[in-house]
Amino acid sequence: MTVVLSAVVYAGGLVFLVGCALRIRQYSRAPLHLRWELYPVPHEAPERAKHGGSYFEELDWWKHTRHYNLSGDLRFMIPEMVFLKGLWEFNRKLWSRSFPFHFGLYLLIGSGGLLGASALVSIWHPVWTAGGIWFVIHAIYKYAGLAGASLAVLGSLGLLIRRLTDDNLTNYTAPADLFNLLFFSTTFSLLLTGYFVNASRFPGMLAFTRHLITFRSTPWIPDLLVAGIVLLAILTAYIPYTHMSHFIGKYFTYHSIRWDDAVNFPGGKIEKRFAEYLTYRPTWSAPHIRADGTKTWADVVQENPAKEPHR
Amino acid sequence: MSLKKRVKISDASREDGQPLVHLQTEDLMPLPAPLNAPRQVPPFSPLSAQVTEKYECLLDDTCVVNVPKPKTKEEEQELVRKFLAGLEKLFQRENNWPFLQPLILTMEHCARCQTCSDACHIYEGSGRNEIYRPTYRAEILRRLYFKYVRHGGLVSQFQHGDIKLNWPLIARLIELSYRCNICRRCAQVCPLGADNGLVARELRKVFSQEMGIAAKELHDKGSMLQLKVGSSTGMTPLVVKDNVNFIDEEMSEKTGIEVKTPWDVEGADVLLIHNAGEFLAWPENPGAFAVILNAAGVKWTLSSELLAYDSINYGLFYDDMQFARVALRHAQAAKKLKVKKIVLGECGHAHKALSVIGDRLLLGDLNIPRESSMTLLHDIVMSDRLKLDPSQNDFPVTLHDPCNLVRLMGVVQPQRDILYKICPKFREMEPHGVNNYCCGGGSGFAIMKGCNFPDWRFQVSGRKKLAQILNAFADSLGPDKPKYICAPCSNCKGQFRDMLAYYDLWEKEKILYGGLVELIVNAMTDVKPGFIDWEWH
Repeated sequence: MTVVLSAVVYAGGLVFLVGCALRIRQYSRAPLHLRWELYPVPHEAPERAKHGGSYFEELDWWKHTRHYNLSGDLRFMIPEMVFLKGLWEFNRKLWSRSFPFHFGLYLLIGSGGLLGASALVSIWHPVWTAGGIWFVIHAIYKYAGLAGASLAVLGSLGLLIRRLTDDNLTNYTAPADLFNLLFFSTTFSLLLTGYFVNASRFPGMLAFTRHLITFRSTPWIPDLLVAGIVLLAILTAYIPYTHMSHFIGKYFTYHSIRWDDAVNFPGGKIEKRFAEYLTYRPTWSAPHIRADGTKTWADVVQENPAKEPHR
Repeated sequence: MSLKKRVKISDASREDGQPLVHLQTEDLMPLPAPLNAPRQVPPFSPLSAQVTEKYECLLDDTCVVNVPKPKTKEEEQELVRKFLAGLEKLFQRENNWPFLQPLILTMEHCARCQTCSDACHIYEGSGRNEIYRPTYRAEILRRLYFKYVRHGGLVSQFQHGDIKLNWPLIARLIELSYRCNICRRCAQVCPLGADNGLVARELRKVFSQEMGIAAKELHDKGSMLQLKVGSSTGMTPLVVKDNVNFIDEEMSEKTGIEVKTPWDVEGADVLLIHNAGEFLAWPENPGAFAVILNAAGVKWTLSSELLAYDSINYGLFYDDMQFARVALRHAQAAKKLKVKKIVLGECGHAHKALSVIGDRLLLGDLNIPRESSMTLLHDIVMSDRLKLDPSQNDFPVTLHDPCNLVRLMGVVQPQRDILYKICPKFREMEPHGVNNYCCGGGSGFAIMKGCNFPDWRFQVSGRKKLAQILNAFADSLGPDKPKYICAPCSNCKGQFRDMLAYYDLWEKEKILYGGLVELIVNAMTDVKPGFIDWEWH
């Protein structure tokens, strides 16, 4: 049983990683776009970042060395990622449901990571599993996992109810939006109930994880927990192929677009990439464009449709 | 009685030949005093029968693009085919490399949580009318993308929803793409970084670049006229020089010091490019620039090269090719004059066009440094190169932040520092800076005057800004107290001129609008007092 379960869990993880890799490849291979930043840009110099200013506020800005203010980025990103600060500011009603959901997932991911690491340690260096610190670690992943699953269930149900009842959202709700939230709440509910049902017979998550890693059979696992784990593996595999992969998309929307204020200096890397794009051959067919599939972008933009006869 | 109702996404494909919504004054966002009584607001003029017979007006009670109704089913089908071809090109690397990455990310990651709706001044101003949500048009495009570009089948429908593509949908999308100021306030609040403002611009591109459909003020009378004669005002180099000579004479008389605008000075430190609309509508603005730059000893010049005396670049709002053509010619003129830098006058979209969006298009020796006039003026004023007496500006002043200059370019503080120094009664609007609201004339609306579109522009898209202005001057209402909106942007000034006149706020409240340089010259002690003449223009 555990062997099959191990295979399902690993397959889910593998499909997830492939999906994420494909997404990352798709976005990172997209051509560098024209500048389209939005201020404030937090990596600006602190004296300008506080009012949302840019280097354009400096006289002869191109003569000054620019310093990338990484701490500004981090000061924005950490509260945004951990606490969903933007939602807190601009959509408090949604935050009250979305934050528990996301924070629950973070706790679960952290708990899963700690559990996996503990299982590895207990396999390779069982001698390290003695002592007080081990009990603390055990308690952390246990309670973080339980809290995380509970929050994720509550959050996903809250989001589901909002999707179903809020007039502002119904117009924009596809069947999959409801399905996804139901999927999350069912999966984590099963994991929670599966954990608590007949807990005395279950050898515990650490033993179970060890067996997953070593492909050994666990003596007894509650059916509900098995169902929860299978659903979790499927859910994990499914996420990167939906808009729920926004944890990847968000990196690009912020770092590659919203905060991309990189200057095109003569002879620089940006110039080289744009010189290549200007050799592409557009096929837009409105008469004023004058593109016929043979001319390059550089040719087309040199033409003056108001002056020169159409060749 | 209010006719407001929840319009569905599927309604956009309705074939009943009727508009999706009717706008009712009582549905709109309430305005503060003195416009809080309904009778203070002019009625919304209906579209004429001639217009509705001839053009597709299927969205709301106005019409701006004026797309002729197809005469036959075959013509309709041909338009649908063209739209589909354009849609496909919008997601191709060769055709849309300039905005492919942001567009795809927006298509694939919007959670449709509606956080952006509450940030949109048009949605709020309209009294939260469904079709003006930033997500309404974006959701239509998103469903089209998954269905026709990604060729999604039933699974895709389950994931993203379905949409029926027909000519009425496209006709409505054409108009809908011109119900957004592209101020991108919606994108600023999006927790995922999706940009539904970009969607409006990308839709306009499909219509212009593939179907040859665009608002005539932007295309025929805008970028095409500019490429033909040198300026979208229609001014040729000869005419503009003549006008500037006249402005110099006027300014000399008005200020008591000789004003001479230099032309085509090779090797000048600064090539100043104004929005040419200033020469005709607000000549005191380029005049004030000349007074300040001469007094500060700047080595500057204007260029009489074709296009180089008009910083307008309407391609920014609807067409990448037209945008690139104009930006390129601006840079070529600067290169020819061998100037050290280009400085952009008080025009927000020209700032963004040449400094930000055009940055990566100007390669090699065309990459001449571009700078905001706000920065240059800041240096001149703060380094005390002019003798200024703030008491000459002793009237309430508020600052409008042009979106293109502030949220989209990050030039926020220089103009504020100047105003704090020279205007003792300066007060901010709320919110301001990068969180500002658009004037309602953004993305070319300020120059669109067809049919009854101005009613929509002043009652819906400009409504939030109007409320901000009235609130900023709440402590000094009344016709006996002159008040000044400082709007360092030609497009925004056009919107204020028309909107203040529409609500009769010059007569009733003595609210004037103008640029930043006028306030600086008004405070200069070396010139005759009273540069700002408190007359409506």
